[in-house]
Amino acid sequence: MNNTDKKRLLRDMLFSRRFEEHCYVGYVERKIGGFLHLYPGQEACAHGVMAAAKPGFDYVITGYRDHVHAMLSGADPKAVMAELYAKETGTCKGRGGSMHIFDVEHRFMGGYALVGGPFPLAAGMAKAIKLKGGEEIAICFLGDAANNQGSFHEALNMASVWKLPVLYVCENNLYGIGTRIDRSTAVLDQYKRVAGYNIPSEQVDGQDIEIVYKAAQKAVDHVRSGTGPYFLELMTYRYRGHSMSDSNTYRSKDEEKEWIERDPINILRERLIKAKVLTMAEFKAMDKEILDEIDNEIVPFAEQSPEPDVAELEKYLFAENDPWVTGGAQGEAS
Amino acid sequence: MAEIRFWEAIRRAHDEEMANDPLVIAMGEDIGVAGGTYKATQGLYDKYGPERIIDTPISENGYTGLGIGASFLGVRPIIEIMSVNFAWLALDQIANSAVKVRYMSGGQLTAPVVIRSPGGTAHQLGAQHSARMEKVFMGIAGLRVVTPSTPRQAYGMLKSAVRCNDPVFIYEHELMYNMKGEVPDAEFFHPLVGSEVAREGKDVTLFGYNISVHWCLEAAKLLADKHGINCEVVDLYCLSPLDRAGIKKSVSKTHRAIIVEEAEPAVGVGAEVMAIINEECFFELDAAPKRVSAVNIPIPYNHALEKATIPHAKDVVKAVRAMMGK
Ligand SMILES: Cc1ncc(C[n+]2csc(CCOP(=O)(O)OP(=O)(O)O)c2C)c(N)n1
Ligand SMILES: [Mg+2]
Repeated sequence: MNNTDKKRLLRDMLFSRRFEEHCYVGYVERKIGGFLHLYPGQEACAHGVMAAAKPGFDYVITGYRDHVHAMLSGADPKAVMAELYAKETGTCKGRGGSMHIFDVEHRFMGGYALVGGPFPLAAGMAKAIKLKGGEEIAICFLGDAANNQGSFHEALNMASVWKLPVLYVCENNLYGIGTRIDRSTAVLDQYKRVAGYNIPSEQVDGQDIEIVYKAAQKAVDHVRSGTGPYFLELMTYRYRGHSMSDSNTYRSKDEEKEWIERDPINILRERLIKAKVLTMAEFKAMDKEILDEIDNEIVPFAEQSPEPDVAELEKYLFAENDPWVTGGAQGEAS
Repeated sequence: MAEIRFWEAIRRAHDEEMANDPLVIAMGEDIGVAGGTYKATQGLYDKYGPERIIDTPISENGYTGLGIGASFLGVRPIIEIMSVNFAWLALDQIANSAVKVRYMSGGQLTAPVVIRSPGGTAHQLGAQHSARMEKVFMGIAGLRVVTPSTPRQAYGMLKSAVRCNDPVFIYEHELMYNMKGEVPDAEFFHPLVGSEVAREGKDVTLFGYNISVHWCLEAAKLLADKHGINCEVVDLYCLSPLDRAGIKKSVSKTHRAIIVEEAEPAVGVGAEVMAIINEECFFELDAAPKRVSAVNIPIPYNHALEKATIPHAKDVVKAVRAMMGK
């Protein structure tokens, strides 16, 4: 990674931070409904991994904390915001919402709300890649608490037995909603759990994007080489409550402070300033540019877009005009 | 037109569809090297190899989810769940992933998987191997549910299901795999919607599906021969969406309806068909519709108890005679 790359990563992380901060405001203003799970604090994870992957080429799938992962795959921030505002111009035409962003054109295969649901889906995408003989890989981002689902064990076992090209990224933020990991999970180091499935793994600091990037490169190379799955554990922290409806009373202020001191954006910014690649004035200009884009382009687009038409309520349930439903072109009349 | 067994019809559909499209795969427990519990994939492992005929671990939710994920990228998996009783474990991936991705992505993604599974009460298999789960699947929006009563349907439906772009659940019956029936030699595709008049009649409509179609036909024959009652038998081979027009048409002709189901009555096919009759042709009725259903208990092991739990042709005969006052 050269300095230009690093500066771009810094800007991108800052963009994600500001985007999510606006979502908070949109939710408080009741323009965004439903459950809303925000990403601040964890930016180095998705940004670092996707910098090592091929966005738009590799298939990405994740849980409900999905806005940033979708945009990193190539989803238009305007369409993501419009989806949160439940508009027809949203990624999913207002049918999905915050937890269900999809952008299949850019191979972002969705945000899923059932904890653990994407584990086997990612293995299946990898199976398809293998069958078709492509160079792509499947990347599945999920949390630490998701690893206590049966689907984790079932999927990792199959991925290993069949040597599927899938990278599992565990964003270990130490909590599943309000339950700290040591109160729910017998083995605290998640990367150790996959030894039981004979899958290579590593645990690294998820707050330093350069460390994440390096570890992800190794992981991506392993998976792309066709030797089978890989499990990458990133130690991180979310700043806000689990979702907007979370009181966030279960963590100590000291613990929060300790992590905020290791903020992924600050770490990279300070490093670049120290290396004289960046000045504080440049950073502030960058920030202003981002806020302007959000306030003057992204949010107005979402606000001014039309709502879905209620007359199209049942659209998208089934494939339209599928000839095989009635027996196909060659089908016999029944 | 050859007479073949039910399992041979399913096997033939697998074979043809796999030969036709390299992205069609089959997966399930013991379907490969062992040839399949009911032989639905016999010999295909040798023909198509382990990448396409996949012996899965015993991870119903896991491999169902894996098949669904593969279908996102254009693969067409035929997933066999060894017994429908085990499909409870796969409901998460079916009900939360497969059927919802199209809707919640605003039409961007689809999960064209086929899930086949045998259910029903066989020979003293006990409570945990005798589930009739069709009602569960019928309640899932976005899932097509079909259930063949003949080898011909089993063949043609599987072929259409593989090519259809929606997730399809095919409910088969443990006792029917050795049943023989005529299947056309030429390739054909059976509709995944509609219903079929299995016997024409004018006095009362017997609605059946899967194995209960055969109970209805047996009862109809006996009623015609011995009691002068002329039953129409309608095969509801598509359980979701149910054929409203077909139900209405037959009841408007006979003015009487009995629904015969192997399952417990609550929240089932019978309840749903009765609701449709109510909505579509209430004023055509000459008698209140009735259900012939199972007793609402887990299936007992003892043979006599098992037999007393699920309906038979004689129960259909009794219900028809009571309705006709003969
Ligand atoms: C199957 C299921 N069970 C429970 C929930 C409720 N729930 C949503 S997120 C969550 C915690 C998950 O924590 P983790 O996997 O660590 O991810 P994080 O939110 O920390 O990123 C729970 C219990 C759910 N959505 N799905
Ligand atoms: Mg967590």
